[in-house]
Amino acid sequence: MGQTANPALPAHPSTAITPTSLLSQPIPDATPNAVQLRRGQYLAAVGDCVSCHMRPGGEPLAGGLGLKTPFGTIYSSNISPDRDTGIGAWSSDQFYRAMHDGIGAHGENLYPAFPYPWFRRVTREDADALFAFLQSTPPVHYVAPANELPFPLGIRAVVKGWNLLFLKSDTYQPDTSKSAEWNRGAYLVQGLGHCAACHTPKNMFGADKSGQDFHGGQLDNWVAPDLTANARTGLGLWSVDDIADYLRAGRNMHAAAGGSMADVVSYSGSQMNDADLHAIATFLKSQPARPDEALAGPPDAGAMRRGAAIYSDACASCHLENGVGQPRFFPPLGHDAMLQQDDPTGLLHLILAGSHIGVSNAAPSPLAMPSFAWKLSDAEIADVSTYIRNSWGNQAPGIDASKVAELRKKLDLTRPRLTVNSGDRK
Amino acid sequence: MASQLPPVDAVIVGFGWTGAIMAQQLCDAGLNVVALERGPWRDTATDFATGFAQDELRYMWRHHLFQNVSYDTLTVRNNTSQDALPMRHLGSFLLGTGVGSGGVHWNGQIWRFLPSDFNARSHNAQRYGEDAVSGDDLTVQDWGVSYDELESSYDAFDKLCGTCGKAGKLNGKPQPGGNPFEGNRSSEYPNPPMAQTLAPTLFGEAATRLGYHPFPHPTGNMSQPYTNPLGAQMGACTYCGFCEKFGCGNYSKASPQTTVLPYLMRKPNFVLKTECEVLRVELTPDRKRATGITYVNSAGEEFFQPAEMVVLSAYVLQNVRLLLLSGIGKPYDPKTGEGVVGKNYAYQTMSSVNAFFDDKILNPFIGAGALATVIDDFNGDNFDHSGLGFIGGAYIAGMVTGGRPIEMIYTPQGTPDWGLQWKHAAAKNYLRSFAISVHGSCMSHRGNYLDLDPTYRDIHGRPMLRMTFDFGANEHRMSDYVTDRAAEVARAMNPREIKINRRTGSWSVTPYQTTHNTGGAIMGESPSNSVVNKYLQSWDVPNVFSLGAGAFPQNAGYNPTGTVAALTYFSAREIIARYLKSPGPLVQA
Repeated sequence: MGQTANPALPAHPSTAITPTSLLSQPIPDATPNAVQLRRGQYLAAVGDCVSCHMRPGGEPLAGGLGLKTPFGTIYSSNISPDRDTGIGAWSSDQFYRAMHDGIGAHGENLYPAFPYPWFRRVTREDADALFAFLQSTPPVHYVAPANELPFPLGIRAVVKGWNLLFLKSDTYQPDTSKSAEWNRGAYLVQGLGHCAACHTPKNMFGADKSGQDFHGGQLDNWVAPDLTANARTGLGLWSVDDIADYLRAGRNMHAAAGGSMADVVSYSGSQMNDADLHAIATFLKSQPARPDEALAGPPDAGAMRRGAAIYSDACASCHLENGVGQPRFFPPLGHDAMLQQDDPTGLLHLILAGSHIGVSNAAPSPLAMPSFAWKLSDAEIADVSTYIRNSWGNQAPGIDASKVAELRKKLDLTRPRLTVNSGDRK
Repeated sequence: MASQLPPVDAVIVGFGWTGAIMAQQLCDAGLNVVALERGPWRDTATDFATGFAQDELRYMWRHHLFQNVSYDTLTVRNNTSQDALPMRHLGSFLLGTGVGSGGVHWNGQIWRFLPSDFNARSHNAQRYGEDAVSGDDLTVQDWGVSYDELESSYDAFDKLCGTCGKAGKLNGKPQPGGNPFEGNRSSEYPNPPMAQTLAPTLFGEAATRLGYHPFPHPTGNMSQPYTNPLGAQMGACTYCGFCEKFGCGNYSKASPQTTVLPYLMRKPNFVLKTECEVLRVELTPDRKRATGITYVNSAGEEFFQPAEMVVLSAYVLQNVRLLLLSGIGKPYDPKTGEGVVGKNYAYQTMSSVNAFFDDKILNPFIGAGALATVIDDFNGDNFDHSGLGFIGGAYIAGMVTGGRPIEMIYTPQGTPDWGLQWKHAAAKNYLRSFAISVHGSCMSHRGNYLDLDPTYRDIHGRPMLRMTFDFGANEHRMSDYVTDRAAEVARAMNPREIKINRRTGSWSVTPYQTTHNTGGAIMGESPSNSVVNKYLQSWDVPNVFSLGAGAFPQNAGYNPTGTVAALTYFSAREIIARYLKSPGPLVQA
């Protein structure tokens, strides 16, 4: 690919700062308040700050990523310790106020795209450690673009109303009837982990629908699946070890972390210790199963027949006949929760655009599903999706070609994209 | 005027197998490393996804993954009485380009040379007399390194790639089912052999009946999922039959992409710059030390990259060319026999036998790059050459790499090359025929060498490399002899008929044979007859290392990659153990 001017790429190898190096480089014992800094470094991984506060090609923590919310695009802020454009001039009180109340340094409301409704649960001590770590990273002078929100949402004060209606949480209080591990998991998931920010469905105001914790959600044309104990669409068939494995390595016997979860693995899960990953898994496994709606009738026979043929041609080379896949490599497709989500957007997005999975030092291979937008028509993608959603133990509503067409347009894949290597050589 | 960049510890020129392995070793030792590759970045799911990777027209015929000869090529001739002309279309060998290069488009055939191959001169001279190694203009030389010294490096490459096979000699003990002639192995292969399809199985049975010792070809195509010591994962091969000339979309062929890059690209002390071509190595005025390299990017801008060490891993042909262009070492003159750079260029002597059956369906489309049953009974010095008039040999492989429609439709002797009769023969024989490959050694001769062409230049204005090469009498005799043995095995399979495709006449650049070019930057025990020492370090400029098969003094009867990689590990380990602590010559001349 061409060499573009890229401030994050080092002129010299030894000056490289990558998100992984930031989150994992050892903090020497001699550093003042080393213990607190190490804690803060770890919590920056737990909170997955880098995934939102880093734009493509930008420095970690400098912000500028455009989050496409249903209300418009909101750009993440610069949380590097630059005094003019970042949080370098902040106090720990101001940082805690942002985390706990969603209030910025000048008293302005922050949009809940910054997940303070969850970060509210974080203890003062943890917030201070996180703040100390952020202050110790290299300052980057960068101003994010202005948010693109329609009137009146551009006026931050509207968030006060949102907070009144929807801000219910507070600092985490342990449940004494549960184990220490469960409580740690609850603190992580409901706090810095902010899993529900994606994995709980939202109402028209962008707040959690009540009583539907972890039932799944949609963001940026991906689906964050059901994380409850539902055996068909949730984690019901996954063990605690499976969940920990997925978060740590981005791949387990059942699935591979593609789409938006790839970054979560790379910059968060893979940097966390086993005890915490198990705690998260323990907490999630305790979530009551999402109730199943009455399942749709049998899928269209024609779609199944055509889908089987397309599967043999296009999918079986990796996922193998009978969908058995190669575990920890090409996910097996039988009894697969990802495939059976009510909202098929994630599956269709994957087939149309492909995805790399999350990587880490422990599991560095950037395994990927290729894009099929150029090869399969809307009808073909609909048919093969219907087929796999209803084969090998799976049961889910069939897909209509119009849904594929709609998503193809949203993803800007109506015309084939040429890479450097795809056309005739110049 | 080239812009100067901040200095680095090591600059690596070319980023295929040797560049990736050396970069990984040096980065793990803590060096700041920059690698430069003239071709593009290549990623499995983007550039060779299974949905289109098996496009024979694009990759085999139109050479999509290979070097663009309109930018740069070489001139070729058989001997000095001819004018060398540019090779305007890839044929005999298919030069790679891009990240991973040959490691992306190879078949995945992973071999070790025989212990006696490393002493080809002294071993054969002792057994058959001096004339056997120097008669007939032969310039066979010993390597200056032994198989035993290289064994742990061979093992490292096997573990990197997850090579699939069955050991024949394990910690001194012969093992049934493996190659009884091979050098000793310290561990079993990391993965079991691939499942052999019908044709290789029948070949093995026929070979056994004739008293030979068949074994499964070692493969870099995975027989099962594998995770290597760097944590890189490979999937199980699906026997799709589109291996050589193609990228693998299943992550199941060993390549830098599948085995090294997932680990290496994450290292903060490593930088890779693609579409940057190195023009020359820069030297101090006394020409005893390299100061770095000059390269040009895709916008035509020139840069000088200062470096403490320069590693040439740009393939044998570009390596030799860069040595010549940069004035490192004395160029070889075939008339006088003086000089070393360009000397002892060699190749691979290939032939084959096709077998056609009426009573068997062989399904040749079920294939993989190294899917074969092999006999090594006629390779190296595994058999008595007394009275035969040649040294060296070949392995004979009942091989099914695929049944691709453009390249691999075999028709019996006498079938026209086109027309209705050809169509009938092709249809009748497609499912019921296959090829037995004879993969032969190529000794070095005085007149086979590389130098700079006096007339033709590339797009940067640099003289092209000139290749002067022909098969010698030794090669023809060897090839005829082993081809006859292969024909005997073919007949023992009871086919309807066979067709023998000998290697005849002069080397021609037109038909594809192999991309196993060797020599020109040969290793040896003395600077008087070699370019690099056993650690691939230049005798003349101790901070320049020239990796790859350019180091082979002559070529053995095996695919070079395993030995190329082993030499790279061997060199890297010595660089880290000794050179970094005390830079200078690693071997006293």
